[in-house]
Amino acid sequence: MKQNIMALALVTACLALPAVAVPAVAGPRDDIVAGFAAAAKAADPAFTGFDAARGKALYESQNTASAESPSCASCHSASPLKAGKTRAGKAIDPMAVSVTPDRFTDLEKVEKWFGRNCNTVLGRECTAIEKGDFITYLSGL
Amino acid sequence: MRLIISALCLAGIATIALADERMGIVNDDLTKKECGACHMAFPAGFLPKRSWEALMGNLKDHFGEDASLSAESTAAIRDYLLANAADASGKARGFARGLAADQTPLRISELPRFKREHGTFSEATMKKVGSMSNCAGCHRGAEQGYFDDD
Repeated sequence: MKQNIMALALVTACLALPAVAVPAVAGPRDDIVAGFAAAAKAADPAFTGFDAARGKALYESQNTASAESPSCASCHSASPLKAGKTRAGKAIDPMAVSVTPDRFTDLEKVEKWFGRNCNTVLGRECTAIEKGDFITYLSGL
Repeated sequence: MRLIISALCLAGIATIALADERMGIVNDDLTKKECGACHMAFPAGFLPKRSWEALMGNLKDHFGEDASLSAESTAAIRDYLLANAADASGKARGFARGLAADQTPLRISELPRFKREHGTFSEATMKKVGSMSNCAGCHRGAEQGYFDDD
């Protein structure tokens, strides 16, 4: 009897495990993108989803707000699969999630760097759509 | 064996020579992390208090880049830099010696003593190093506080 109860408990625990594990597997990056999607929808009801091609265009866009940093690619390298370099000469890990798996997994860090770099390169804040497109592009390479 | 002893002697001599140029490296974790994200976390002792105050008061435009931090982080890093600045104990030391009181350099490379010690470099050298703020581009021990290896 005791054994049966033990076995039952074990089976229950094993069955419960995937249910607990699934949200964790979705991961912090998905949560961050979902947050940007909600903000994008709130700003524009016509928003249907993020687009990697728009993210690529943003990454490669040449802007005029800063002579030293006209583009994301100026510091992050033309290919997001490769390491970049700050103006001061320090290496930056590649932006592509496939090469740097912990990219876009810490919301505070994500907002800090979008805040700084959008202001430097574009001379303004980035929209939620731009942030989501950017992450979508860099997550799919 | 002789080779090993020679190497050890050379290393010993090098250490003695370098000891003179040892600069206190940043030993505050937050300062190291935040400043070190874009450039070497420069030793606080390279600039006087007024320079650090000016820099930390305008992170929004940090040499053309937005380097903003939260108010808490900004205050904590500012406090650390001021407490360890070249003139923290009153009298300026190191590169900040001989700096006129009305001068507030924002770049270590603007300090008269820095300029005197570094002279000018060829275009090829600067291209290789990338920037004057890349100390380790020439001083391989810079991150450990050693600068006298030129």
